[in-house]
Amino acid sequence: MAVLAHETDEDLPAWSLPAAAGDAIRLPSTWPGRVTRDWAWEGSTGAGVRVCVLDSGIELDHPLVGTVQRSVAVTKDGDEIVVADDDAGDLCGHGTACAGIIRALAPECDLTSVRVLGAGYTGSAKVLLAGLEWAIGEEFDIVNMSLSTTKKQYVDRLHELADIAYFKRTMLVASAHNMPVESFPWRFASVISVGSHEAADPFVLYANPRPPVEFFARGLNVDVAWLGGETINATGNSFATPHVTGLAALVLGKHPELTPFQLKSVLHLTASNVA
Amino acid sequence: MSDLRAAVAAGVFGGDDAFRALLQATVETARGIFHAKASSVFLLDEETDELVFEAVAGEGSDTLVGKRFPSSTGVAGWVLVTRQPLVVDDLSKDTRFSRGAAESTGYVPRGLMAVPLLSEDSALGVLEVLDRPQGVPFTLAEMDLLGLFANQAAIALELLRRARRAQAALQGDGELQALARFASLLEDADDEKREAGLALLRALERLL
Repeated sequence: MAVLAHETDEDLPAWSLPAAAGDAIRLPSTWPGRVTRDWAWEGSTGAGVRVCVLDSGIELDHPLVGTVQRSVAVTKDGDEIVVADDDAGDLCGHGTACAGIIRALAPECDLTSVRVLGAGYTGSAKVLLAGLEWAIGEEFDIVNMSLSTTKKQYVDRLHELADIAYFKRTMLVASAHNMPVESFPWRFASVISVGSHEAADPFVLYANPRPPVEFFARGLNVDVAWLGGETINATGNSFATPHVTGLAALVLGKHPELTPFQLKSVLHLTASNVA
Repeated sequence: MSDLRAAVAAGVFGGDDAFRALLQATVETARGIFHAKASSVFLLDEETDELVFEAVAGEGSDTLVGKRFPSSTGVAGWVLVTRQPLVVDDLSKDTRFSRGAAESTGYVPRGLMAVPLLSEDSALGVLEVLDRPQGVPFTLAEMDLLGLFANQAAIALELLRRARRAQAALQGDGELQALARFASLLEDADDEKREAGLALLRALERLL
């Protein structure tokens, strides 16, 4: 997929603004003097928001997940990476858990599963990149990435994709690492990075004054959807991440015009520790 | 590591026994610290793209070492591929997991903690701790402890991998074996002989 301007036939615009053109791009400001949770998402169900879960797949017809609008799998065919519709569900349980958390917060959002697990460890970073490229091409509003890679050779491309997503209005929400290793994409400024706090309330969100981890959400002892229509109790930053995805879906459901920059600002302004 | 250096290393270090013991001590300690029923380390075999039980403490310790499964399936596979630690409880409700675990290990854990073993930019394997005490809520402090512990296990696993690579470098190559034998003899020699051997080496160095 071509996602950079130089990879397509698009003409590059001139990146400047003539003196008289300011009025032509005047933006209506609908933000209140103080951004509250009421303003941000009260009454929203996430309806109309397209969320992609890049993970191990999503179990079809799980009672806590409901309808999954589309499921695709990214697989290796020799050296080729193939993205194709898929009905194998979830190979681990983890993607179903993430989907259930998002659904609980934003019950009417659209969910698409992109399975990037199952092709083996070797080549898994390539599969992850291909899945992300596909998701950006599909112009999802939010992509939940409860995963990371440590492979340095793919960092540049991943960084490029994260920036492209940001300007194409696709918000990437990525799990931070709680181990002292370099991993990506959560370290990039163009994504929302998420760690865990210990509170049991799914709406408690803390903004971190010391990034690269930007937000802390519920990630400890969470009852999550799992294989076989079951629920289990689970802990990890990978479960905090879909909590932020769900909140972001609520905000976008009510304010679909928000860019990733604005969406991140709303999450910051409505965080539990920001007065 | 070059084959020549590997051969010298193999000569000095001998087999991989010491590193296996270190890894075994690591899983025994992990099991003890978390008051768990079992703990295992899986090594990623990149050639076959499989995870291999490398060290096991507690349940399954006498039967599991050497058993293999595909590298990107189940909780261990997810942890390896995504580099994210994961803690899950009530796993026995997941019939697919229970069946798979029972078939491969004869033991179905109720809960497990799994963490990737990372060295620089590659994942070497996975550390699992099975069945912490019931009724004790998990904390983020334990998650951090698990991460610290994984670092130690990763170092042990990396040493084991290097020792094996060094041994493999010796297979079927007379020159490398001779070099390893020489390094081994030098390591074991008394002071007088070792000094004479080193003098000879220095002379060789000047010559080369």
